Amino acid sequence: MGQIQLNQVSKSFGSVEVIPPLDLTIEDGEFVVFVGPSGCGKSTLLRLIAGLEDVTGGHVTIDGQDATEVAPAKRGLAMVFQSYALYPHMSVRKNIAFPLRMAGLDKAEQDRSVAQAAEVLNLTDYLDRRPGQLSGGQRQRVAIGRAIVREPAAFLFDEPLSNLDAALRVGMRLEISELHKRLKTTMIYVTHDQVEAMTMADKIVVLQAGVIEQVGSPLELYQRPRNTFVAGFIGSPKMNLIQGPGAEKHGAATIGIRPEHIDINENEGLWQGTVGVSEHLGSDTFFHVQCNASHEPLTVRATGEMALEYGAEVHLTPRTEHLHKFDVKGLRME
Amino acid sequence: MARAVTNRQKTINSLAAWAVGLLIFFPILWIFVMSFKAEGDAIKAPLEVLAAPWTLENYGVVQERSDYSRHFVNSVILAFGSTLLGLLVAVPAAWAMAFVPSKRTKDILLWMLSTKMLPAVGVLYPIYLLFIQLGLLDSRAGLVVVLMLINLPIIVWMLYTYFKEIPGEILEAARMDGATLHEEILYVLTPMAIPGMASTVLLNVILAWNEAFWTLNLTAAKAAPLTAFIASYSSPEGLFYAKLSAASTMAIAPILIMGWFSQKQLVRGLTFGAVK
Repeated sequence: MGQIQLNQVSKSFGSVEVIPPLDLTIEDGEFVVFVGPSGCGKSTLLRLIAGLEDVTGGHVTIDGQDATEVAPAKRGLAMVFQSYALYPHMSVRKNIAFPLRMAGLDKAEQDRSVAQAAEVLNLTDYLDRRPGQLSGGQRQRVAIGRAIVREPAAFLFDEPLSNLDAALRVGMRLEISELHKRLKTTMIYVTHDQVEAMTMADKIVVLQAGVIEQVGSPLELYQRPRNTFVAGFIGSPKMNLIQGPGAEKHGAATIGIRPEHIDINENEGLWQGTVGVSEHLGSDTFFHVQCNASHEPLTVRATGEMALEYGAEVHLTPRTEHLHKFDVKGLRME
Repeated sequence: MARAVTNRQKTINSLAAWAVGLLIFFPILWIFVMSFKAEGDAIKAPLEVLAAPWTLENYGVVQERSDYSRHFVNSVILAFGSTLLGLLVAVPAAWAMAFVPSKRTKDILLWMLSTKMLPAVGVLYPIYLLFIQLGLLDSRAGLVVVLMLINLPIIVWMLYTYFKEIPGEILEAARMDGATLHEEILYVLTPMAIPGMASTVLLNVILAWNEAFWTLNLTAAKAAPLTAFIASYSSPEGLFYAKLSAASTMAIAPILIMGWFSQKQLVRGLTFGAVK
């Protein structure tokens, strides 16, 4: 079991309040991703759940038990750190067995759990190596192995993939998702990469300046962002946000339209513009178009086959059914 | 453009380095040379000294007149004893300062170091009186404590800089894995800090071995280390140069040899963790 509840939890460092009181419930077995720009407090929030930082106010409840004053090790949570945080002087085997050794399990039991975890993570051949002799991906797997053997109530991941190269990151992302499907254990995952958030999460928590901007499934956040911050943060490339007369025509302070919801055409359309840089990804092409509706260039997604020259005159038409409207405070209207 | 270093410059640089090295090493070399000369020859002009016949006589006399092995044992006990005792106090102190620093941590470190600026003789009187009252004069136990206290700021500083290099996340991982504070220090921090601790021990053993002010002032016979052994041959009258040299050579040889074999650790220790 691993249901985690945050009740009016807040954190201040000295006189600086990094997390104003917030409430959040993470259900048992959920894969929850905390996402936000750097410095938004997502790692601090994770560390509060882990117990590595003391809360300034409020309560952390794990499986109905108040864990606010409970030491990190006693909370039944396992953490995977960004830097892997392996013990450099111990072999992989000893690294993975360390939590079991601390729990006072006998040697035979330790060996059995380590062997099991190593098999799941393809580490069997590396058990006698030191962390220094492993690649980044293997080190990350050792860190996960050390978390698995404890059979925790929940896994906490603190930007675990940000030290890996792009190709490896995609692979590890799948491995972690796979692991979640298999273990069905609660996982809380912190990242600043919204692609990781979108692809892995059951539930995304978007944070900014310590405040929860929105909680929801990836598609909910993508289709119905609650405010301009979430609208701009979720999705890649970003949603186009247009202010001024173009937005007022729709009765909003800001309107948002995703790049794939704009039709681009050389002959006719609602807005007129000039093509700037085009990015060809093979499957898609992204055009950056300076147009009369907005000061900022708009990003438009088109098929991979479409080619337009730099400086070409084009017409853009947003699909009105996909238009997002926001009021003066940046909140979604409807 | 990369800085061009010509061969000529390199030669000049290494010549300069050798010159400085020899300058520093020369007194030790001269002591060594004098220790193998007769008393009458040892005070002649340098070239004549070199030309004079070599003899082992001084070593025989020194060995006969004083008990080298007892002084040697005292030196070993004082140097290693004070260093190990210092480590016992300094490890928790450095741990606290490196991993749970407060606003005043830097001030405390500086304050500790500032005690090294105090002239030792300034506190000789109070410490001497304390030693009399506690019955510690000429005792190895008392001197171990004093030497430990003298070197403690350096031990704490060195360990602090080494501990700072250890990523805090590793200790947090240990905490998450269920290690108690005691286990965290024993199984995770200490093994990772062993290279740093080795240099710390080495440097402080040398400092304690060479310490002459307190060892001379607080000992008489029982607890006297090799520094007292050397001092007993210094005399305002009479000819003692060669014997003094022989005694000095015998006193510094062990630590010199130890230093020679552990140069790498020592350099690391002396740079105080500045160079990784």
